[in-house]
Amino acid sequence: MAYAGSYRDGGPAARDAYPAAMPVTVKILIAGGFGAGKTTLVSSVSEIRPLRTEESLSEPGAVVDLTDGVERKTTTTVAMDFGRITVRDDLVIYLFGTPGQKRFWFMWDELALGALGAVVMADTRRLADCFPSVDYFERNRTPFIVAVNCFDGAQRYHPDTVRTALDLTDDVPVVLCDARSRASCRDVLVALVENALQLLTGSASYVTPAR
Amino acid sequence: MYTHGDRWLDHDAGPVVRPYALTGGRTRPSGESIDLIAMVSAMRGLSPDPMGLEPEHIQVLRMCRLPVSVADLAADLDLPLGVVRILLADMRERGLVMIHQPVPTRLSDPRILREVADGLRRLL
Repeated sequence: MAYAGSYRDGGPAARDAYPAAMPVTVKILIAGGFGAGKTTLVSSVSEIRPLRTEESLSEPGAVVDLTDGVERKTTTTVAMDFGRITVRDDLVIYLFGTPGQKRFWFMWDELALGALGAVVMADTRRLADCFPSVDYFERNRTPFIVAVNCFDGAQRYHPDTVRTALDLTDDVPVVLCDARSRASCRDVLVALVENALQLLTGSASYVTPAR
Repeated sequence: MYTHGDRWLDHDAGPVVRPYALTGGRTRPSGESIDLIAMVSAMRGLSPDPMGLEPEHIQVLRMCRLPVSVADLAADLDLPLGVVRILLADMRERGLVMIHQPVPTRLSDPRILREVADGLRRLL
């Protein structure tokens, strides 16, 4: 484990159990349509594990959508991709790959809370699949970037073309990437962090999320 | 078709039953909310009375002798997050663990973001 040595030695105060250095943790969301490369990205940069979450279906639409024929079942299991990058003993990045469809927004509310930001994976052959993610992060004022996963055989587009197609504002970076490449995914994450940093320190137009 | 008495016996209920049996059927944790990346640490110097503790409680205590995130715990225990949160809230109430909430990034020191970016460049 990465947290070795973060405890003070015993002694009179040991029962209080305050570790000397509690790691700082940040979370990054990886969103986008089905098959856009979320899982591939998470596994390229971290050791990936599945994480199960059981959520109640409170929205009428969700019940119709997910529990056809099981009207009384009020929870559903949703799997997320979960990855961890230990930058230092005291600084850890958590990646969460989340289903992109609108019906999973209830999960995102919690995930986006306090998050550093989000990467929206886009596949230019099915660009519309990432509309809900883009919508969500715009509305929620979560810093995000769009990473266009360049699939073999898919036509390449200039980032500006993608920006126009997605109707993105200028402060949302669009980058091309290969989700299979560790270096490429690293560049995507670095671009997101730089963007979040810029929003945090620079622009007065960045409004703090209300939640 | 479902009748009143047997609805939870239907196989569609499947995985819902076992994890939430652990929580006494509750689906919401008590007390302050617990973030996915909150760090959990066991109280030191405890000799927890095994009476009244489920195997999962003891397993959690063993896993968080050094601080560990809620997400890591859930993945390692292979239990749904909601269940792990309820277990942790109970354990917090009983003074078995401490839960340290993360600082939202928008309230963080920008220095932390610089360290994150530098760390990513260096590591990967």
